[in-house]
Amino acid sequence: MELAFYLSGLTAVLATLGVIANPNPVHGVLYLVVSLLAVAMVFFSLGAPFAGALEIIVYAGAIMVLFVFVVMMLNLGQAAAEQERLWLKPRTWLGPSLLAAVLLLTLIGLLWQGNTQAMIEGGGLTAKGAGTLLYGPWLLLVELGALLLLAALVTASHVGRTTPVAAPSPAPRDMPTQAADQPVPRTTPGDKPPNTGGKPPNTGGEEVS
Amino acid sequence: MDGGILTPTVIDAIVAMLQAVAILLVAVLTSAVLTVVERRLLGLWQDRHGPNRVGPGGSLQLIADMIKIFFKEDWIPPFADRTLFMLAPAIAMASLLLSFSIIPITPTLGVADWNIGLLFFLAMGGINVYSVLLGGWSSGNKYALIGAMRSSAQTISYEVFMGLSLMGVVAMAGSFNMREIVNAQQGLWFFIPQFLGFCTFLIAGFAVTHRHPFDQPEAEQELADGYHIEYSSMKFGMFFIGEYVGMLLISALIVTLFFGGWHGPLLPPIVWFVLKTSVFVMLFILVRAALPRPRYDRVMTFGWIVCLPLTLLNLLVTGAVILLTTPA
Repeated sequence: MELAFYLSGLTAVLATLGVIANPNPVHGVLYLVVSLLAVAMVFFSLGAPFAGALEIIVYAGAIMVLFVFVVMMLNLGQAAAEQERLWLKPRTWLGPSLLAAVLLLTLIGLLWQGNTQAMIEGGGLTAKGAGTLLYGPWLLLVELGALLLLAALVTASHVGRTTPVAAPSPAPRDMPTQAADQPVPRTTPGDKPPNTGGKPPNTGGEEVS
Repeated sequence: MDGGILTPTVIDAIVAMLQAVAILLVAVLTSAVLTVVERRLLGLWQDRHGPNRVGPGGSLQLIADMIKIFFKEDWIPPFADRTLFMLAPAIAMASLLLSFSIIPITPTLGVADWNIGLLFFLAMGGINVYSVLLGGWSSGNKYALIGAMRSSAQTISYEVFMGLSLMGVVAMAGSFNMREIVNAQQGLWFFIPQFLGFCTFLIAGFAVTHRHPFDQPEAEQELADGYHIEYSSMKFGMFFIGEYVGMLLISALIVTLFFGGWHGPLLPPIVWFVLKTSVFVMLFILVRAALPRPRYDRVMTFGWIVCLPLTLLNLLVTGAVILLTTPA
């Protein structure tokens, strides 16, 4: 398991470097997805499969999809990549990187002195165990997190509210797509060509036939 | 030395690997055969012939299709983002096929027996969204992009309550492990106490595999073919077969989670599993033959306003019943 831990850790670091260094925004966001998957693998190798699975479901599967979604909608294209390349000149990143390297060396030095063998050990944590911990000693934190999410939900539904003229608004989460599909705000239902006709009856074998 | 390198552990590992490969092959081949079966069944239900020319009764149609798809020119548009364009079909296929590893087919047959089984499926479902999203974006085509946008918004919305609709089952079985979920259904199949969960999971399953009432991402009248419009040859084949793999996967999951998996009288377990799964595959096809396609915004509204509250209600009632009936 140590090997898996170090390999996925290395992947996470390299992928995160890719996020920073890649001039193409979509590729950058995808590197971030890889980085999150690698972190999930780190959880797996540490014996916390529940946390690993949640990392994939919540971060890689839901949050990052929204990021990719927004970046694709903006469709920045070649101009943005050129701009990024301009910003990535050595003059810009050399100074901060040197300072960060000093910090990294200090960290490595400290880790070297400590007991490195004991650092990646841990018993397995099952879903039940995680649940008992969360709803036992850490109940207050769970409740606080829930309150925070509730506040975010209320805010989102307030921001995503449509004006009273328009049709009853759907949930705020699908607003970006609606904007993509119908850039003009819909005032009357008749504006949109109805596409409820379904398939013509003779399209049984479609693409390969 | 006792028996050279063939220690019991090694033999176990080899058997497990062979099982995994066999399940993989069966899943892919069944999906390929399903493409033809679906067209024949659609023909039957819509009172027309369907593909019946190649071989006796159209039975060799699959081979003709495969020859065609293998030998077509594999064209990548010059305006496409090459890496992502090639990556997308691989993600589509791999994420769905990996999910098959958690399904227990019989008491002894099955690839993985994890305590996070069900979560693994949800994780792979999450990854699967990228295939459509990347395929649509990297094609550099308006229709593909709109299809990808629709599809990802739809999949994310429906995945929210897909996970929630399964939590009732998890609470009743007391485990994410698929084998334990099947064993918990020995007395009563979960689709009776979890009827709402079953209905919402079925709807979410249709939406996540982009099967017919939810195939707005591929609507041919508006979007030509949606996210895979620029794909040809085997890359298109991966998306195409991937859809059937998804259908098979959702059917197998429904059987495992709600219809007692391999349990059943008289017949051996594997026969029960295959029979039950094929019933749901037929249901997928019948729905495609029978229902018209709703408008896209209505699909989204239905998901958030009808299905999500239903799953929450289901979870609430399930929790209350479990609390009341469990001896303290």
